[in-house]
Amino acid sequence: MTELNPYRPEMATVIEIVEETHNIRTLRVLLNDPEKMKAFSFQPGQVGQLSVFGYGESTFVINSPPTRRDYLQFSIMQAGEVAGRLHQLNVGDQIGVRAPLGNYFPYENMKGRDILFVGGGIAMAPLRTLLLFMLDNRKDYGDITLIYGARTPNDFCYTYEFDDWKKAGASLILTVDNEAPDWPHRVGVVPKVLAEEAPSPKNRIAVTCGPPIMIKFALAALKQLGYADEQIYTTLEKRMKCGIGICGRCNIGEKYVCIDGPVFSCAQLSAMLPEL
Amino acid sequence: MSGKIYVAHDALSGLLDDLSKKFRVWIPQMMDQASGHIAFGVYAPGKKPELTRRSRLSPKKILFPSTDTLFKFTHVKDPKDPVRYTIDLKESFDNGPTLVFGARPCDTRGFQTFDQVFLKGQYKDVYYERRRQNTLFATLVCQDSDTACFCSSVGSGPADMTGSDMAVIPIEGGYVIEGLTDAGRKLVEASGSAPSPEQAAEAEQIKQKTAAMKVGEDDLTGYADDLTRRFTDMDFWREQVSPCITCGICTWVCPTCYCFSITDEASGMSGERMRSWDSCMFYLYTLEARGHNPRPTKMERYRNRVGHKFSYFPKKYDGMVSCCGCGRCIRTCPVSIDIRKVVKELKETADDRA
Repeated sequence: MTELNPYRPEMATVIEIVEETHNIRTLRVLLNDPEKMKAFSFQPGQVGQLSVFGYGESTFVINSPPTRRDYLQFSIMQAGEVAGRLHQLNVGDQIGVRAPLGNYFPYENMKGRDILFVGGGIAMAPLRTLLLFMLDNRKDYGDITLIYGARTPNDFCYTYEFDDWKKAGASLILTVDNEAPDWPHRVGVVPKVLAEEAPSPKNRIAVTCGPPIMIKFALAALKQLGYADEQIYTTLEKRMKCGIGICGRCNIGEKYVCIDGPVFSCAQLSAMLPEL
Repeated sequence: MSGKIYVAHDALSGLLDDLSKKFRVWIPQMMDQASGHIAFGVYAPGKKPELTRRSRLSPKKILFPSTDTLFKFTHVKDPKDPVRYTIDLKESFDNGPTLVFGARPCDTRGFQTFDQVFLKGQYKDVYYERRRQNTLFATLVCQDSDTACFCSSVGSGPADMTGSDMAVIPIEGGYVIEGLTDAGRKLVEASGSAPSPEQAAEAEQIKQKTAAMKVGEDDLTGYADDLTRRFTDMDFWREQVSPCITCGICTWVCPTCYCFSITDEASGMSGERMRSWDSCMFYLYTLEARGHNPRPTKMERYRNRVGHKFSYFPKKYDGMVSCCGCGRCIRTCPVSIDIRKVVKELKETADDRA
């Protein structure tokens, strides 16, 4: 019975912490039970509920791809009580993990296509999972381009990996919102750079994630470029508690972001009630 | 045996005394004489079930306590390394044999909504499941509806025994209790003696008469698409909900409202993870950590409440409305919002209402 209790977290240990920016850190964790760690199976885009006992639970995407199994990685922006506590953890500290939860990026349908990632801020976290998964299966996909924006040059995550991504066959276009000293890349918000770059929609899938305002304009820009609803995927977020489709709060009409999402195609979104 | 017993009014306490030796028996009882507050409480000898007046609160908390411990946790220090620790986690289940005696058909039927969400989805809620499996319902065939009642409008009725193990049928001088499920029949047969043929016939007649009663004028099922059409008509929602003070009492008293929150309470090295009733009428319910709120005003929140019950739920669960028609939200609303009127007006055009 115990094993079937979906509210019971697995215990896990923080084994490594990467301070990404002033308010984003990445936790690398291992489930304490080596058998369960070995058997842990998930898909890119699925999320987990992280517990800090005494403070509560919060939802974060599993930020490492299933192709890299040394640890489970979660990137956390400091916002809210649980995230605040996660930012105070040290290596060796114990957390609870309920994962994997939710659906995932339909990467099978993306095989043979060119891929465009459009991400802003902390929302690079779910895109990184799929990006690495695709780079680890490079031959299955065509061109892979990433447009990644942040407020300032200091707000990018995973900067230490950018060279590896490029070497593995991804093109990176970085942009910051405003001019900054010694910034060699693009300037302007993500949707603007997207419109300027104008990657052709021919045989391409666009995957976008960002703050609601960025998603809104990025979707508009993609449609302007001729992308059909079926060619665009995004991930949604809502306040969640149970993560298993019961507690009620993350619904958009009859859909629940926790179990029907978090990944939705733009075609699915268009059929849903407008309550983002 | 017939699976039926007769219990005279003055023998009811004796029956409940017997039952309470095997079960935790919940009955509707007077909680506060001054305000006439009736709610479900655990039976103890001397307590009298209130079977002729409706309860203000439903029996929802019996299977779904307003605050429930999911598990307890303790930080256990590693004696060899004082900065290291492990977490000791113990689940807590509270699920002894339980009997709900004297709930109304609407009260019992409310759990049908819970069953869909807590038992038949992708994940099973083990806390609810264990209580559900260990609980029997002896449901009163309901004789006294008021103007807020509308069980027949949502596909039910005052003699609807969906989800009940026993029917409690009031007749002259007492009750006939009829077993409906195997467990119900077994319990009934072990608990008393069969009614006389006249008593059995009277009970049958009352059951049929009650089943033929229509409580609530309009059919409120089949509004799923009307809500979708009305979704972005904010003038409509503003008009419907302008008096609302977002107190949330409609969700608190509702037998089908199941939304909950999960929080930790801790002190020192140990604590517990709890779930508690939450309400979609509250701003904080959907407020995200970074300040965005998809339902920022009472208009979006009330729209979600009506939508969930009369549109989203039926779309997800084969037409089933997640409202049992008990009328509690109508009776308790401090500003007299009537959900029946809101639902009906979904169909009207702007011109109709002008």
